[in-house]
Amino acid sequence: MSGDLQGRAVITGIGQSQTGRRLGRTGFELTIEACKKAIADAGLSVEDIDGVASYPGPGLGATGMSGASTTQLHAALGIKAKWYLGASEVAGQLGPLMEACMAVSLGFANHVVCFRSVWESTAQGSGGFGGSFRGSYRASGFMEWTAPYGAISAANWIAMLCDAYMHRNGMTREQLAMIALNARRNAGLNPAGIYRDPLTLDDYMSARIISTPFCLFDCDIPADGAIAIIVSRRDASNGLPRTPINVEAFGGGLYERFTWDQRADLTTMAAHDAAASMWENTKIKPTDVDVAELYDGFSYLTVQWIEALGFCPQGEVGKFIEGGGRISLEGQLPVNTHGGQLSAGRLHGYGFIHEACTQLWREGGERQAKKDVNVAVAAAGGGPIAGCILLSI
Amino acid sequence: MSDYKSPETRILPEITDESRAFWTGGERGELLIYKCLDCQGLIHPPAPACYHCQSINVAPRPVSGRATVAAKTINVHSFNPAMPSPFSVAIVELEEDASTRLTTNVIGCPPESVHIGMKVQVEFEHYEDVWVPVFRPVAS
Repeated sequence: MSGDLQGRAVITGIGQSQTGRRLGRTGFELTIEACKKAIADAGLSVEDIDGVASYPGPGLGATGMSGASTTQLHAALGIKAKWYLGASEVAGQLGPLMEACMAVSLGFANHVVCFRSVWESTAQGSGGFGGSFRGSYRASGFMEWTAPYGAISAANWIAMLCDAYMHRNGMTREQLAMIALNARRNAGLNPAGIYRDPLTLDDYMSARIISTPFCLFDCDIPADGAIAIIVSRRDASNGLPRTPINVEAFGGGLYERFTWDQRADLTTMAAHDAAASMWENTKIKPTDVDVAELYDGFSYLTVQWIEALGFCPQGEVGKFIEGGGRISLEGQLPVNTHGGQLSAGRLHGYGFIHEACTQLWREGGERQAKKDVNVAVAAAGGGPIAGCILLSI
Repeated sequence: MSDYKSPETRILPEITDESRAFWTGGERGELLIYKCLDCQGLIHPPAPACYHCQSINVAPRPVSGRATVAAKTINVHSFNPAMPSPFSVAIVELEEDASTRLTTNVIGCPPESVHIGMKVQVEFEHYEDVWVPVFRPVAS
């Protein structure tokens, strides 16, 4: 059995709102900006849009994590939808976009606007991340098992898993640093990057520690911004201005329980399940991938995706990224060509698919990968959250 | 560090029907973990069914409280000012079943001395209606 889209789902347009730190704009405004840009980019008008999908819906509590829900955007633009979805219990942040691919493939919609918006930077303001946990707050969900121990940040949960990986496989901080240095170098070539000044290994090694082994530069940055992607039925894309990007396959496998600390092998994540299920759905092989846009909410998550997607043998990512050459724009597998979330802001997964499309359309400008880009992978999530999408042109 | 003092406050859990035993067993000095009474597997976080064999014949049962550190971090950044940094956060494997783990604090030793493979033993810190299981290194 395999999930074969048969080339019926394509991407026809992308849009990114103003993105930055403390823009002082609402997430709703940014969402509308990104969606209107994407619709125009696809050569469509709002009347052509008959589907809406977004992550996470209204459900995630933390301040600024959701700029607008599916139905809010739907109402604001007056969309006449035949199909819509807003959800967080899906295959990671890209899950609703995968669902949209299935919807258009089966003919439930022609053009679905898929979006993700965040305004954490403005929403957190001077209160900081911890501000949500004061007073009579009691921890529930997975936080029930971590917050009583002061581990309220994903930085803590993922740092422990990174520690276990380093302990078993000998990966060093100098090797891990290459994820952050590579992202910063690429953000310097991206006009939409947020942190663009050069970052050296010395800067990295002397940076303040957040949660060992993570320093400041291993952690992405809260941002305000929104991204929208138009997923279209191929038969409905004829005559549109852009060469449609083929959604070759996607994967959102979850083979173990949804927890951060009970996975049988603590040195793997649900990324391994998602990637395995994606490769079952395509004839394309990891060696065919030209660029990889891999979630870096924390640097170690990119390490996980590199391994999970089969770009190097299990346990050997430290050596794979050593020196940074292999994952640079000139390398065999350019990674996070826009600067990732580490240097271009936490747009929570959608920056990666936006950039994968940009690279496939050869519109990366100074940050365009030096090789010919025909196949790209975009992946989002960490811990039990995971989904990945394979695109081709 | 025999002068360890538990934090004045912790963020406390929203206790559920399933988690009540875990968070209150410490009142009697017991670390209570859900156990499948059919296949004998441990289940954590607690759930009303056994993920090994799907039996619903499950109930909280005391375990030894002996465990081994499987992963660790030192939280340095002050995410939550109520809990002074730095402090150790660790994932520990229960002696009865290494695939059943708790995220916890290793207390009573310098955080930088916590290491993978370290043997630890549970104790409890009492706040309001909650007895928080934490772990202290076993003297070698």
